[in-house]
Amino acid sequence: MTPGGTSGAPGVVVVTGVGRYLGAHVAARLAADPRIERVIGVDPPEAGAEFTDLLDRVERIRVDLGSLGGLLADLDVDAVVHLALISAPDPQHGGRAGMKEQNVIGTMQLLAACQRAPRLSKVVVRSSTAAYGASFRDPAVFTEETEPREVPRGGFGRDILDIEGYVRGFRRRRPDVTATVLRFAPFIGSTADTTLTRYFSQPVVPTVFGRDPRLQFVHFDDALEVLHRSIVEDHPGTYNVAGPGVLALSQAIRRAGRVAVPVLEPGLSGAAALARNLGFGRYGLDQVDLFVHGRVVDTTRLEREYGFTPRSTAAAFEDFIHAHHGGTVVTRDQLALAEQAVLDGIRQIRSAVRERS
Amino acid sequence: MTPPDERRDGARINGRYDVPPDQAGPAAERARRNGHLPSTEPVAATDQPASPADPELSPAAVPNGAVPDRPGDHWDRKVAAGLSFLRRRLSGDYEVDEFGFDPDLTGSVFHPLLRLLYRDWFRTEVSGLEHVPADGAGLVVGNHSGTVALDALILSAALHDQHPHHRYLRLLGADLVFRMPIVSELARKTGGTVACNPDAERLLGNGELVGVFPEGFKGVGKLYSDRYKLQRFGRGGFVSAALRTGTPIVPVAIVGGEEIYPMLADVKPLARLLKLPYFPITPTFPWLGPLGMVPLPSKWLIEFCPPIPTAHLTDSADDPLVVFNLADQVRETIQQTLHKLLERRPDPFGP
Repeated sequence: MTPGGTSGAPGVVVVTGVGRYLGAHVAARLAADPRIERVIGVDPPEAGAEFTDLLDRVERIRVDLGSLGGLLADLDVDAVVHLALISAPDPQHGGRAGMKEQNVIGTMQLLAACQRAPRLSKVVVRSSTAAYGASFRDPAVFTEETEPREVPRGGFGRDILDIEGYVRGFRRRRPDVTATVLRFAPFIGSTADTTLTRYFSQPVVPTVFGRDPRLQFVHFDDALEVLHRSIVEDHPGTYNVAGPGVLALSQAIRRAGRVAVPVLEPGLSGAAALARNLGFGRYGLDQVDLFVHGRVVDTTRLEREYGFTPRSTAAAFEDFIHAHHGGTVVTRDQLALAEQAVLDGIRQIRSAVRERS
Repeated sequence: MTPPDERRDGARINGRYDVPPDQAGPAAERARRNGHLPSTEPVAATDQPASPADPELSPAAVPNGAVPDRPGDHWDRKVAAGLSFLRRRLSGDYEVDEFGFDPDLTGSVFHPLLRLLYRDWFRTEVSGLEHVPADGAGLVVGNHSGTVALDALILSAALHDQHPHHRYLRLLGADLVFRMPIVSELARKTGGTVACNPDAERLLGNGELVGVFPEGFKGVGKLYSDRYKLQRFGRGGFVSAALRTGTPIVPVAIVGGEEIYPMLADVKPLARLLKLPYFPITPTFPWLGPLGMVPLPSKWLIEFCPPIPTAHLTDSADDPLVVFNLADQVRETIQQTLHKLLERRPDPFGP
């Protein structure tokens, strides 16, 4: 299916969370698509004026998700893209309580509003591979059908489970609406700014002692592409969105030329909490669990239904390294030079010994 | 000398030496002739097992400007290969599959170590390799033993070395293995994963050779007096995984694992305290401390049995009768092969 070949492109699209990086880029991209008449960006009233140059073709409305009900009906909205999720508590915006308010209550209110919008035909909800939780008995690769074995320890993981629960309820009540849930692997790319990109940007990177989790990333541009296609095409269901392939954490750190510092796991949870309370770093139990268990998903369904394969995890990470080479401790070229120097040294010594004997 | 002994001797020579001449024959000979320091010769001879890596490593050495003066210099190639390995590791320049399997690390570090153990310490003889499929999926089912599950590692290393297509055995491990730091990562990097049906079926669907020990801890943690008595086979999850993917089941009997750490007693309260399935007392552990960790040098025999096809039973994966019958058939085959191998090995610590 190509975007041009479908008649499913909606006229009026509402995008939530346009005050954040992902939302702003999705809204701008949809606004640039001639098949879509109107793109309306929704922001909480207290949000700052970021990304204004990106959003010049997007109508912005500053309103709480709770008071969106009448608006969706009045504007004859065809599609809603829900991206207003917070993945880590931000002390400036109410910490964990504010995060939960936004993630869980916000989604609940938005879906309630969607339920009452008569013309609505499509809902796209951002989710995360955190929906699979983290357990030692987990299979190595999660398909969309895998159920989490236990409720995640981290706040974001719990929020994601709640959000997907609400979407299931919405599907039951409005079976006529195409509901797409996209479970994204952590975003990475040359410009993305997330907890994980900040983590890999440091010259010295803490890891969990004795654990080398398998990680997957999705390139930010590929995430945009999938979101765009979800709006202009029809893809009901739940999809894993990740770059094929895997990087071990140690491997990723080495490729980025950073230095890993293993920390004992019991101490790490405490240290993460301490760092969070002191205001630097926003690592939570979600991150600790990711760095103990790793998370790999199967993307066969995405590739089959969307006809689109995101660039591989390794390629997405390579793009990130190119943009963040500032904190590099050792580069690949330096290692190659060192290898050659040692090899030459050994050869010289050996030939010297040979000549003497 | 009794006839069986002679036969065993012959088998020993075959089993013992059919790998090294194969891999180290011409290459090592050439290397030794080119080696200019006569004193290095014995070292090179003991180092032969590492040379299977040479054929694949030498192309990598060429771009690095190897062979400055004498082409094919054995030591120069070894140094270049070692440095290139080190550089690859330090720059993250290797591939890991979705299960975390790292063939570069396994081939360069783990298998050479295990090779010393299975070949020189345990004098392992492998037979029936023709029953292991040359390509495509296969489910290798073995007996488990030895207090420490060394048998799984030995089986995978010996199979990779001696199989004509050098197939990797992807082991399925208990979740306890993946709960422990370091151990879990070693297991993943050598190709292991958690024993669960989704993983088993995914690996088999990818055409991999999967190794499973259905006895689990009941087999590893049994007392020395129960040696070579197969324990219960659980729910037969391995059978349904094979049936669902239509994969042939290859039973394998491993003799020798029971004597490496003979478990005389199991201190259950201590095991409960440490949250382990058992706490072993062996003749050397815990009395000798770390020295008690050295496995006793028993004589090992590994025999792969003819594969049991399952392709015609794909629809019966959920039929408990079919699953139990097949599991029983596999269990009986392994038990009988164990008895046969034990007759061939009257002395557990013989040559």
